Amino acid sequence: MGTLLNTTDATFDTDVLASDKPVLVDFWATWCGPCRAMAPILDEIATEHGEKLQVVKLDTDANPGITARYGITSIPTMNVYVGGELVKSITGAKPKQVLVKELADYLG
Amino acid sequence: MSDDVRDVIIIGSGPAGYTAAVYAARANLRPLVFEGSITFGGALMNTTEVENYPGFRDGIMGPDLMESMRAQAERFGAELVTDDVTAVELTGDLKTVTTGRGSTHTARSVILATGSAYREIGLPNEKRLSGHGVSWCATCDGFFFRGQDVVVVGGGDSALEEAMFLTKFADSVTLVHRRDSLRASKVMQDRVFANPKITVRWNSAVVDVLGEDKVSGVLVQDTVTGAQERLDVTGLFVAIGHDPRVELLTGQVDLTDVGFIAVHGRSSRTNLPGVFACGDVVDHEYMQAVTAAGSGCVAALDAERYLEALADEPPLEAALEAAEMGSRVV
Repeated sequence: MGTLLNTTDATFDTDVLASDKPVLVDFWATWCGPCRAMAPILDEIATEHGEKLQVVKLDTDANPGITARYGITSIPTMNVYVGGELVKSITGAKPKQVLVKELADYLG
Repeated sequence: MSDDVRDVIIIGSGPAGYTAAVYAARANLRPLVFEGSITFGGALMNTTEVENYPGFRDGIMGPDLMESMRAQAERFGAELVTDDVTAVELTGDLKTVTTGRGSTHTARSVILATGSAYREIGLPNEKRLSGHGVSWCATCDGFFFRGQDVVVVGGGDSALEEAMFLTKFADSVTLVHRRDSLRASKVMQDRVFANPKITVRWNSAVVDVLGEDKVSGVLVQDTVTGAQERLDVTGLFVAIGHDPRVELLTGQVDLTDVGFIAVHGRSSRTNLPGVFACGDVVDHEYMQAVTAAGSGCVAALDAERYLEALADEPPLEAALEAAEMGSRVV
């Protein structure tokens, strides 16, 4: 069982970069329709694959620091971090099957 | 596999799909609606204020309008499924639909309301820099261009709405349009011309997107003189129209010469009995929320009549089979 975590500018380094398992960070905002469409899919991925991959959400409105650090200009953007490094960036809403395929390397 | 044979399956969840669902549900046809896993609500989910949908004199936000249509369909018993359709078999009397999660559903009729997908300019660097300064959704991404200079490509209402929306964030918006006049409604044109942040570049096309990791400029070519000029912008918003979503249907449903689903006259009837189409996937002319909704109503009524005729008169194959069996008995 995995749980979905909310991270912030203040906690990103601890929550994401220092994590000992791969982390998927969903950059989203309340006003973004495609982000809302992705929310239940990310919940499912957290539930089904939480053992291998930590799923974390970052509200780009409330957390401009991390948003700017990674040069996010389009949301949803889903970044994967392994050992503190950005290893994959997926932009735009994707059906679950497509997202799972793109994340295959990190889902074991 | 679901054993339950439905009266009608609706594929799509924009104004056409949900209106068809409202009418079909009120006709007690228990429609099963595939909304798409990430696309429910259709194109209006990425818009802001809709000012031309009748009945909302002060306008309504696109997502709110779609949420209301969805709730209205649900209220009358439409069954809504947030899943994608990945395959269809529409040629027989019983139609089957397969979803992204692998389930298969059967119905006597199908209403296609799959809408359209945004069009790309078709430049290699456009794809490469997608999500890194190239965007198709100002309402999603405009926020990240605060204090920056951006380009919008296109000349229809969508392009002008994107340009107007972007002026809330960007320092300047250059509207690049390949002709010397706009297709957009007069009211939108007046607003754009009156906005001091928006400059229109007539007779121009974006021919390249520049930048390594993110957009640092676009190359614009004058369509009359051929002269090229670099514009130093950090964002490129593409709003040059939409293409019908027909990839699931090719080889089964007849298309028009411009690639939309072909329907008979003002009806929603396709070349296949029991298969109806409505909304942007049949319409390259009007493409409004209200025309899509109207055609969704037409499709539901056409489907209802088709199902009534089926009930009165068994399908040809069944009739032939019965006749054959009858002759054997004799």
